[in-house]
Amino acid sequence: MSQDNNSNNEPRLMKGNEALAEAAIRAGIHAYFGYPITPQSEILEYFTREMPKRGRVVVQAESELAAINMVYGAAGAGARVMTSSSSPGISLMQEGISYIASAQLPCLIVNVNRGGPGLGTIQPSQGDYWQAVKGGGHGDYHSIVLAPASVQEMADFVFDAFRLAEKYRNPSFILADGALGQMMEKVILPTEGSLPYPDKNWATVGMGERKERNIITSLFIQPEEMEKVNLRLQEKYKAMQKEVRFESILTEDADILLVAYGLGARICQKVVELGREKDIKIGLLRPITLYPFPKDEIARLASRVQSVLVVEMNAGQMVEDVALAVNGQCPVNFTGRMGGMIASPEEVFQKVEAIVEKQTLTLK
Amino acid sequence: MENKIPEEFEVVYHKPATLTDTPLHYCPGCGHGIVHKILMEVVDELNIQDKTVGVAPVGCSVFAYNYMNIDMQEAAHGRASAVATGIKRVLPDRYVFSYQGDGDLAAIGTAETIHTVNRGENILMIFINNAIYGMTGGQMAPTTLLGQVTATSPFGRESVTMGNPLKITDLVAMLPGAYYVSRHSIFTSNAIRKLKKAITKSFEYQKEKKGTCFIEVVSNCPSGWKMTPVESMEWIEEHMLPIYPLGDLKVPKVESKAAMDKPN
Repeated sequence: MSQDNNSNNEPRLMKGNEALAEAAIRAGIHAYFGYPITPQSEILEYFTREMPKRGRVVVQAESELAAINMVYGAAGAGARVMTSSSSPGISLMQEGISYIASAQLPCLIVNVNRGGPGLGTIQPSQGDYWQAVKGGGHGDYHSIVLAPASVQEMADFVFDAFRLAEKYRNPSFILADGALGQMMEKVILPTEGSLPYPDKNWATVGMGERKERNIITSLFIQPEEMEKVNLRLQEKYKAMQKEVRFESILTEDADILLVAYGLGARICQKVVELGREKDIKIGLLRPITLYPFPKDEIARLASRVQSVLVVEMNAGQMVEDVALAVNGQCPVNFTGRMGGMIASPEEVFQKVEAIVEKQTLTLK
Repeated sequence: MENKIPEEFEVVYHKPATLTDTPLHYCPGCGHGIVHKILMEVVDELNIQDKTVGVAPVGCSVFAYNYMNIDMQEAAHGRASAVATGIKRVLPDRYVFSYQGDGDLAAIGTAETIHTVNRGENILMIFINNAIYGMTGGQMAPTTLLGQVTATSPFGRESVTMGNPLKITDLVAMLPGAYYVSRHSIFTSNAIRKLKKAITKSFEYQKEKKGTCFIEVVSNCPSGWKMTPVESMEWIEEHMLPIYPLGDLKVPKVESKAAMDKPN
C-alpha cells in the first residue's frame, strides 16, 4: 500500500489508522510528532515511513509530553502540524493542549481511544468523551471534537479538523477508538493539495520585515488581562456552535431516539433496523461534532419522541449532554459497556424493548 | 522620559537595539539581566534579529519575551527544548534558542533536555543555574548545593533524602548530539566576556547545522540566597564554582586541536 500512495482517488482497502495518516499527508501537514502506544502506533509508523520521502518532518518524541510541546512549537511557528496517541498518552498531553488552546494555536490531536481508567486495556472504548469535549486540561477551554464512525471518516475528518482548527485558531480533536483505528474498510482518499494554507501573520517565524515581534504565550499575569483572554475564547466557542454536524437516520417519525457516536453509532444503525422489522420506530441521531454538540437538534427531536436511549462505550458520559439538551421533555435512558467491551445490536435492542415495556409507550 | 544627548557629547555605550525598553522585573543584582543583555548583543552583532526565534521557560525568565525584541514563544515548565525542537524542525534556517533555569531544564524537563541534545537538535540551549527556584520563592533546585539552605531544605540540603547537586551539563556533554558544551558565569566582567564569546560561537555553529550547543551559566539569586548582590557574586566563586567548574566540557575536535597547535 505504501507503494501506491500518490494522489489518486481510487477506492482502496485500508486500516483506519493508516487511512488517517495518508489523509493527513494529503492535507498538507508539515510535521508530525508522536510516541508509540497501542492501538494507534500505525499512525506513527506510517508517518516515519512516508513523511521523509516527501520532505516533511516526523519526530518520534521521548514522550507524549514532549510530542505535544513540539506540536506547540511547530504550530506557533506557523506549520500545519499534528500528533496522535491513545488514552493514557492523551492524558499526558493535557497540559500542552491547555497551553495550545490558550495560546490559540491550530493543530490536530488524534485520540484512538482505548479502555481505561489507568493503563486499562488496548481494546476500543469511548471513555475519553468527557476529557475530549469538556477541555481535559486545566482552565476554561474547548477543543473542536470530531467523531468518525468509519475508515472513510477517519480520512475525511482530517481535512475538516484542520479547516476548523485554522479557521478558529484552536486545537481540533479526532476522537476515534481502537476498533476504528484497527479495522479495514474501503476508503476513497481525499485529493492532495485541496486544503489551502491560511495566512498566519501571528506566527513566530522570525521578525523578517515585520516591525513588531510576534509572541506565542498563554501567560497573562494580570487578572484583568487574563479575563479578557478568557472572554475572547468564550466568544470563539460561541461562534464555533454553527459548525455543529450530525447525521440523522429515520429520526422524523421515531418513537424512540437513539443517540450514539463513532463505533457506537455503527452498532445503533443495526438496532434501528431490528426495531423497524418489529414495528418499533427507532431513529438514530449521530453527533459528528461532539464539540460543538448538536444540542438544538436533540432538543427538537426530544419534543417529538417518547423516549431517548443514549448508547456509549463507557459508563455514561455523553448522556449528560443529551439530558441537558432534552431538558425533561422525555425520559433519557442509557446503556453502555465499559473497559473495551462492545455491545451487540441485539443487546442494545433488548434495552429498547425494555424501555417500551417499562414506559408502556403508545407507539405511533 | 527621552533623554536628549547634547551635541558636545559622544555616545560611547548604548544597550543593544534588540533589547526592549521594558523595565526588567528581575530583582536587583540578578544575573538574568546580564545574560539577556549579552544574548541580545550577540543577536545584534550577528544581525540575526529578523531570523531568530527564542523560547522562554517557566521560572524567573518566564517574561523573557518582554525584553527580547525578537519573535518568541513561551513554553510550559520544562518543555522549552521540545518547543524549540518543534520550531527548528519546521524552520531549519532560523536561529532558535531556549532559555531555561535549573528547575525547568534539570528537574521537570530532564527528559526533554537529554533527548533534545541526544537528537542533536540544531539549537542553542542556555541553562541558567542559580541553584534555586527563584520565581516560586526560593525552594530547593536539582542543582542546589549540599548544605545550602532553601525554603524546602530549611536545614540545608543533605544527600540521603534530597539527592545531590545534578551536574546535568556533564551529562549532556557525553551525548553524541552535543556539539559544543560549555560552562560560564556572570560573576566578573571577564567571565561575562567569555560567556558572550560562547554564545556567538554557538550561533555560528547553528548556522553551520552542527548540532546542539549547550551553555550553562552559573548565576546568582540574591533574593533567594538572601544576600546582597555583591555577596551573591562572591558566593558564586566560593561555593558554586568548586561544584560547577567553569570551562568547556565539549568542543569540536578540529577546534581544540587548532587551539593546542597555536602557541599561546
